[in-house]
Amino acid sequence: MAEFLSLHDAVARYVEDGATVAMEGFTHLIPFAAGHEVIRQGKRDLTLIRMTPDLVYDQLIGAGCARKVIFSWGGNPGVGSLHRLRDAVEKGWPHQVEILEHSHAAMACAFEAGAAGLPLAVLRGYVGSELPSVNDQIKFIECPFTGERLAAVPAVRPDVSIVHAQKADRAGNVLVEGIVGVQKEAVLAARQSIVTVEEVVEDLRAEPGYHPNACIIPGWAISAIAVAEKGSLPSYAHGYYPRDNAFYKEWDAIARDRDTFTAWIEENVMNAGGNAR
Amino acid sequence: MSLDYTAAEMMTVTAARALENGMTCFVGIGLPSEAANLARLTHAPDVVLIYESGTLQTQPDVLPLSIGDGELAETALTTVAVPEMFRYWLQGGKINVGFLGTAQIDRYCNLNTTLIGDYREPKVRLPGGGGAPEIATNAGEVFITLKHSKRAFVDRVDFITTLGFGRDGKGRDGVPNIGKGPTRVITDLCVMKPDPETKELVVVSLHPGVTREDVIEATGWELRFAETLESTPEPSAKELEILRDLKDRTARAHSGQ
Repeated sequence: MAEFLSLHDAVARYVEDGATVAMEGFTHLIPFAAGHEVIRQGKRDLTLIRMTPDLVYDQLIGAGCARKVIFSWGGNPGVGSLHRLRDAVEKGWPHQVEILEHSHAAMACAFEAGAAGLPLAVLRGYVGSELPSVNDQIKFIECPFTGERLAAVPAVRPDVSIVHAQKADRAGNVLVEGIVGVQKEAVLAARQSIVTVEEVVEDLRAEPGYHPNACIIPGWAISAIAVAEKGSLPSYAHGYYPRDNAFYKEWDAIARDRDTFTAWIEENVMNAGGNAR
Repeated sequence: MSLDYTAAEMMTVTAARALENGMTCFVGIGLPSEAANLARLTHAPDVVLIYESGTLQTQPDVLPLSIGDGELAETALTTVAVPEMFRYWLQGGKINVGFLGTAQIDRYCNLNTTLIGDYREPKVRLPGGGGAPEIATNAGEVFITLKHSKRAFVDRVDFITTLGFGRDGKGRDGVPNIGKGPTRVITDLCVMKPDPETKELVVVSLHPGVTREDVIEATGWELRFAETLESTPEPSAKELEILRDLKDRTARAHSGQ
């Protein structure tokens, strides 16, 4: 059963140095507040998994939390590069970061396989791509029924997955609305999970607009829930606040320079407790 | 009478015209998204636009900055999880055309969005594959649009992120359950199509006012031109008006107004 904790306590309990961590949210509902808490607590040597590292992993990488990053598209959407990711890969600042890259289809399937308790995902993928030559976690197998050559990647099984969602109820059930990405898969694939939410309501089923096919993660499948209002800004929460596209553009200049980046983290993360404590 | 328009507008309008009404299109962000939405707002109102964030049959009023802007989900018929998007809708064969951009492209239409230089010591690290590797092989066919330059149109891509026709043009031969691959490349100078036999890109149409030399100058390999080289039709006043309105709305929305 999900335990209600402060974000500080949830991160302190479930994110250990050296852990494999997936913070998901496909452009939408990116768990920024949780990412900032990880930075504040000075976690180190993390293996960070995310389809789209986005600004949240750019910040974690630049702040020195990452040892390895597993991803499938590492840019600032519609803007350009993730400069902290690039600086780490190209120049080793603040230290060398190992990368393992996939395609979206393969990572999505790998999360799904993790949720399904399988050791691998099979897909018709990577045909003619050179990604398999630089990622030894991409293999090819022969279909035992048709003989077709198919790609195989290992399931994603994080030590802890962290996602953000709109609402939880008192029983810890979580509602995810809008672009649902691989959040449910990430939670179910992980040994432990933290879900941050905009608000807690009495009973999701009594909420106006509740739908029997709503994307619900039951409380008994979640380790901890923490309230983090505006917890996905500058990403967005469908029904609560829009994506801060202007900030995504501003980030390009902030992240381009090491000193500007460090000052930004100092001011906006290290010295800003916000709702995280 | 000739209208006043930019090379970028010429590219977007030409790319938009490639989409037919009723097609299902898996849309890449940036130029493909601009072209696909222009098509939807002009000659192809029933084109089905699908973005990798899981938004099916979406009709955004402004262009999304990211592949998963709220606008896409709010105007979609439905939104599915990302694994379903790639497995059922793309891999399941429900997509007619994938519309992609790229950083580098070579004569066999291979796309590089991974890096410039050597993989272990990159000169420039690019974002990576995203949805493209499987869009390019699992969609029925692929349209590509990008600005023409020597940096982008290279003899050999530094890395094949996404298959066009391989290093020798034979990359799709004998592969079961694979799409036709790239069928046209639309730039700000011309339209290119792969030779039916060799799969090497051939210029089939020059945009108005563009010379062969302009295209040769912006291409990093010895370029072939079709025997009957066409002139790309100019944008219409209506297309330009709708495109400019769309871009104005988008700029206002993204600056937070």
